[in-house]
Amino acid sequence: MLSVDRLESGYGRARVLFGVSLEVAPGQLVCVMGRNGVGKTTLLNTLMGVLPTTAGTVTFADRDITKLKPHERVRLGLGYVPQGHETFPQLTVHANLQVTLDASGNPPSALDEALDVFPRLKPLLKRRAGFLSGGQQQQLAIARALVTQPKLLILDEPTEGIQPSIIIEIEEAIEQLHASGIAILLVEQYLDLAMRLADRYVILDAGRVVHAGTAADLQGEEARRLLAV
Amino acid sequence: MVEGFLNQLPIGLSIGAVLLLIALGLTFTFGQMGVINMAHGEFIMAGAYTAFLLQDFAGRSAVLVALPVAFVVAGLMGLLLERLAIRHFYGRPLDTLLLTWGVSLVLQQVARDLFGAPNVQVLSPTWLQGAIGPMPYNRLFILALAVGSVVAIWLYMNRSAQGRRMQAVMQNRQLAATSGINTGRVDQRTFFIGSGLAGIAGVALTLIGPVGPTLGTYYIVDAFLVVVAGGLGQLRGAVIAAAALGLLNSYAEFWTNASLAKVIVFAAIIAFLQFRPQGLFVLRSRALT
Repeated sequence: MLSVDRLESGYGRARVLFGVSLEVAPGQLVCVMGRNGVGKTTLLNTLMGVLPTTAGTVTFADRDITKLKPHERVRLGLGYVPQGHETFPQLTVHANLQVTLDASGNPPSALDEALDVFPRLKPLLKRRAGFLSGGQQQQLAIARALVTQPKLLILDEPTEGIQPSIIIEIEEAIEQLHASGIAILLVEQYLDLAMRLADRYVILDAGRVVHAGTAADLQGEEARRLLAV
Repeated sequence: MVEGFLNQLPIGLSIGAVLLLIALGLTFTFGQMGVINMAHGEFIMAGAYTAFLLQDFAGRSAVLVALPVAFVVAGLMGLLLERLAIRHFYGRPLDTLLLTWGVSLVLQQVARDLFGAPNVQVLSPTWLQGAIGPMPYNRLFILALAVGSVVAIWLYMNRSAQGRRMQAVMQNRQLAATSGINTGRVDQRTFFIGSGLAGIAGVALTLIGPVGPTLGTYYIVDAFLVVVAGGLGQLRGAVIAAAALGLLNSYAEFWTNASLAKVIVFAAIIAFLQFRPQGLFVLRSRALT
């Protein structure tokens, strides 16, 4: 479904990714792991077209999307939840979802389905997103991506800085989405969560893929050393 | 003395209303997109000359006919500027400032070539001649125009899908793009509306003074001050700051003279920004605080 081939990217003259290759099959949950600063978020931002690709290709659903703009990638079925529970802070929860729904052209039922994944948001629809707690903002961020009805959902550290009770809800939501057949590319530093959810994993170090395999392999000494756990 | 004081009130309020109309456009392009468009003043001038040209067809009703036409003319000029130049300079405010300043000089010269250097006059409709107490109808009309524009902008921003999309891009451009919003198209629309409002302000100015190639330059700095003092991207802040600045300008001029009044206004703004550098209103959220 998603095929990344020898991808290179960075910020200006500073290269961050060096020939990263990975695959996400339909319905698969692939976890990208690695210590801080190894290029995980850069990888996702490049996949979404936020950062330009300097070399390599990104293929999604048999189409080369390397040069497409972010909104065009969303139209094709990539959903993105960036790091840091980002929202449109001055818009209400409902407007956050509605603005995404309008842009996607999906039927209104897509908004209801997204809210069904996070029922905690339903009583908060009229509240401004900027005034939600961090956990609620993250749920809104994921719900907003779901409104686009993605074929592949890309999540960047969805449990970072979130209170434990909401981490459980987010984890359950990811499991539910995975079970429903949505492919997921998850960046996660929380090893236990990654081991529970992932079908496959990729470990990055200094902008390169240094390890890849099935979730069972994550127990290996080398993988744990690379993650510094 | 009291009569003089009262007479300044409509002058101050109508200047505030014009500043508000200009600042509304800047609120979009500067306050929310971060683009310092020095050519915004020339869109005001274009709106005013639109009213002047329409006099040949519409006579004394030119002002009314010119309102929608000037909105489109100035809007299209803004759109053209954004597409041809500004979009290549997003995130580079100083470069944008220089670029648009150059464009503003070119536009002033084009106006000189087309209409001549001397000022021209647009005749007000006869039904705008007269007054209620110290408030002349033409200044009342400008106030109503500003109020109507604020209401229209508020409704557009908060009640329409396009307005919501515009707010989303202004609040978090990258997130908007990765949420499926075509940010380039939103930028174009934002520039069109922001510049169009300057055109409307230009038509309003024909009611209280002559039209010349440098018309916009008299107001552009004050309008930027309104946006900064009101809080970047804040509609209600712009309304309060425009009224305050208009009144302060008018009364300072009444008690001193035009040059000293400008000094007083600038000093007041500098003092105000020392206490509230973020302006009257600011975007608040748990994520930002």
